[in-house]
Amino acid sequence: MSALGELRTLKGQQSTDKRDTKVAYLFLLPWFAGLFLITIGPMAASLYLAFTDYNLIQPPEWAGLDNFQRMLTDDRLHNSLKVTFLYVFISVPLQLALALALAVLLDRGLRGLPLYRSIYYLPSLLGASVAIAVLWRQIFGTQGLVNQILALVGIDGRGWISDPSTALGTIIILNVWTFGAPMVIFLAGLRQIPRMYYEAASTEGAGRWRQFRSVTLPLLTPIIFFNLVLQLIHAFQSFTQAFVVSGGTGGPSDSTMFYTLYLYQSGFQNFDMGYASALAWLLVIIIGVFTAINFYASKLWVFYDD
Amino acid sequence: MTTEISSTRTGATPSAAPSPSKRDETPWPSRVRSLLKHAALIITAFVMLYPVLWMIAGSLRSQDQIFQAPGLWVSDPQPQNYPDGWAALASPFGHYMLNSAIIAIGCILGNLVSCSLAAYAFARMEFRAKRTLFAIMLMTIMLPIHVVIVPQYILFSQLDWLNTFLPLVVPKILATDAFFIFLMVQFIRGIPRELDEAARIDGCGHFRIFGRIILPLMVPALATTAIFTFIWTWNDFFSQLIFLTDPDMYTVPVALRSFVDATSESSWGSLFAMSVVSLVPIFLAFLFGQKFLIKGIATTGGK
Repeated sequence: MSALGELRTLKGQQSTDKRDTKVAYLFLLPWFAGLFLITIGPMAASLYLAFTDYNLIQPPEWAGLDNFQRMLTDDRLHNSLKVTFLYVFISVPLQLALALALAVLLDRGLRGLPLYRSIYYLPSLLGASVAIAVLWRQIFGTQGLVNQILALVGIDGRGWISDPSTALGTIIILNVWTFGAPMVIFLAGLRQIPRMYYEAASTEGAGRWRQFRSVTLPLLTPIIFFNLVLQLIHAFQSFTQAFVVSGGTGGPSDSTMFYTLYLYQSGFQNFDMGYASALAWLLVIIIGVFTAINFYASKLWVFYDD
Repeated sequence: MTTEISSTRTGATPSAAPSPSKRDETPWPSRVRSLLKHAALIITAFVMLYPVLWMIAGSLRSQDQIFQAPGLWVSDPQPQNYPDGWAALASPFGHYMLNSAIIAIGCILGNLVSCSLAAYAFARMEFRAKRTLFAIMLMTIMLPIHVVIVPQYILFSQLDWLNTFLPLVVPKILATDAFFIFLMVQFIRGIPRELDEAARIDGCGHFRIFGRIILPLMVPALATTAIFTFIWTWNDFFSQLIFLTDPDMYTVPVALRSFVDATSESSWGSLFAMSVVSLVPIFLAFLFGQKFLIKGIATTGGK
């Protein structure tokens, strides 16, 4: 069962059997230390800093709601939210649709499945690297691969990355390119669907499309949901590709200014740590809200067999 | 929808037998269909891999050729790109690879030890507040690093840890990669409890059961953890960019990025060469570890 499945079923009853408490806490000692020193402590600290003015040199100065008021009028922030939402809500559905389509094509004991799976999966491992982002910069550059290919068929390309109207698109393509990881999860989910459902549907005269719609899709909804939650959370936090492709600027004209990039610039280039902390908490809230909406909406379309 | 499926379910079971024989007498249209399917899959695979193959070809080309050759054939190989790129930054590129390797090894060891201990507790022991703690652990998997990075930066700078590998390795020793705890919990739950019970009857405590029985049996989960940790650490850019600002401490991703800035598009050949070099370890990890990688993300969801 997935992490999300665990959270879904993990309600209520607290265990009453505590016989191992002392030894168990010994096993959990490193985890406890990390939880308090590396996670919860810094979370509390950043919550405090969000209400301060802090530049790392002078001690933090209480600023009340100043940072949050500033957010309301910060046009660059509004733009970065727009860029991030566009990126998330275009690239994730495309990526998942492609992952699902190829998983379905690869299922049903296709010859060569392990090889295809490996090839499709490889970009998921490479896609997060700086090297691939560097490559993307060249591919979509004025004299890049894409324009060279377009020139072969007589089309004049453009500087895809230097043009604010297409720069974000190149990073969306990069994310779609990494559809292999959700595809592998879909493949594992497809394998869980009992063969006899298809045989039954087939004897009832259901064609392939009908089988996909009436058997595969409903039984796969928990996996689709799982992938959706995971990839949304992941996409909201994208950083490396936008950073490298834009040379760290989020340009041209802030067209690739991802939320996390704006946060990085505020905190680690302008050393406006108070504002950066406030931005970080807004990100947590945004991700939290979308995940909650996802969980809530899932009751309408996700079908649990158990 | 569901009732539709379950109502036909019982009636269909007997018809399961004849289906394999159908395969042998595959009618023509079905063969054509399979052929088309393979063609589509091969074309897709080729399109997906093309950028990477083109980068490898580009790493052997001169600047002019990179801007003019969309194909893969390298007519006039320039192997000189590799030594040029290797020496292009303040230190030889191997220096940055060594830095990355040290961090990766530290992170792997940290994750293996701390996550397996925590996972054993969650999977096999009964203790106070177990469910609450387990829920907290699961939630930390989804927590964005950005919400802790500013205070972590302040903390580590006060400890004088900036420009050392400690900010990158110590959190792993403290099991903050909860994803791997979850992966190992899943794995341990699959190990038959009878093995523990037998050992317990023989008088073994939890530490012995963990060390002698569970740990040897969970080697596949440990391998998955090691490979994922390696790839994620090798690719990690955000935290390395923040904690390592001294060029001497640069890792591969940070060094590569500074290479981009330094060359300002004038030596793509050597930049491609080092990009290829930087991906070789990932590719090797993928080649030798793909069984574990695919199992790992299939059971827990991966990233």
